[in-house]
Amino acid sequence: MSEQGREHQPSDEQHPGRREMSRRQFLSYTLGGTGAFMLSMPILWNLRFAVDPLLQPKAETEWVKVIPESEVTETPVSVKFQKHVVDGWYEHDPEVEAWIARDENGVIFALSPTCKHLGCRVEWNGSRQYPDQYFCPCHGAHYTKKGEALAIAPAPLDQYQVDVRDGWVYLGQLTPNQLVK
Amino acid sequence: MLKAIYRWIDERIDITPIWRDVADHEVPEHVNPAHHFSAFVYCFGGLTFFITVIQILSGMFLTMYYVPDIINAHASVGYLQHKVAFGKIVRGMHHWGASLVIVMMFLHTLRVFFTGSYKHPREMNWLIGVSIFAVMLGLGFTGYLLPWDNKAYFATKVGIQIAANVPFIGEYIKVFLQGGDVVGAQTIARFFALHVFFLPAALLGLLAAHFFLIRKQGISGPL
Repeated sequence: MSEQGREHQPSDEQHPGRREMSRRQFLSYTLGGTGAFMLSMPILWNLRFAVDPLLQPKAETEWVKVIPESEVTETPVSVKFQKHVVDGWYEHDPEVEAWIARDENGVIFALSPTCKHLGCRVEWNGSRQYPDQYFCPCHGAHYTKKGEALAIAPAPLDQYQVDVRDGWVYLGQLTPNQLVK
Repeated sequence: MLKAIYRWIDERIDITPIWRDVADHEVPEHVNPAHHFSAFVYCFGGLTFFITVIQILSGMFLTMYYVPDIINAHASVGYLQHKVAFGKIVRGMHHWGASLVIVMMFLHTLRVFFTGSYKHPREMNWLIGVSIFAVMLGLGFTGYLLPWDNKAYFATKVGIQIAANVPFIGEYIKVFLQGGDVVGAQTIARFFALHVFFLPAALLGLLAAHFFLIRKQGISGPL
């Protein structure tokens, strides 16, 4: 290459000492830059496409009307209801369950039946050994009426947000238990 | 930094000769558009490969959302196109690239034909190229069914009927492609398998052979 000989000569007389970029350097920067730009465009689009689930806003849970207020007593009752789930292109209404009861002040609360140990289904008075408690048949975890874990399970039962409107109980988002500390 | 990493690797496994074999070679004057502009016709093979790379990339990403199933296929394509960020672009790349790769490959074939590059000693590479052409058409045919819309369904129905007219073995080809008595659930499953596993594997093998031979034999001389 004949250009190489001129590479480090300050050829511009008005700016002595200024180093000119060589032709080879200029070409490799512009061609490399253009090439990198052209390659990065499809790759960036693809990556953004792939990580889209991470950037989607969390879907809001709707309130579901489940049981008349008058039917809720101090003894927990199991209530099954349909929850609308939008799973990408697949929308369905799976059946979910909640244990609903009133506390000593008459305030209604609802607990998830999913055991916090390994996710089996707990049942009120599920074992004769633990009367008036939630019991999980899988590994014997049991909970108080407010969901406090007494054995095996590392955390209290999850809790549904509850709203009472026009004599009906509505359940919303599932949250960590606030009833017991 | 990059240089240091390169040197670190090179010191251990001596990659410079490999790299030189793959990339560092003279481009003869008669195929260099900088010397003769008309030499751009020699770019079509490389452009075909470039689009093939785009097809593989965009196709890999599309399978993150796509489901090959008669109930969900169309809905999943609709979801990835309309709800997922850049879905239009990613599917668009795959859609338009599929046509463009055939165009580029055809132009490449014409260039090879009219420059007589297929002649001795490069007959084998011509045959490999024709096989690549066939695999590409297979990729186009199998990919066309996957969105599971009306166009896809009827194009496949017609395509399979054409294949069924092959003498003697037509009926077997038809059942093999369809996977059942109708174009349906079993067809889309096997078209997906052909489209993303079997045909790309065949394509990559043939491309490797194609490139190996061109490096071994060199680019054909000027007209």
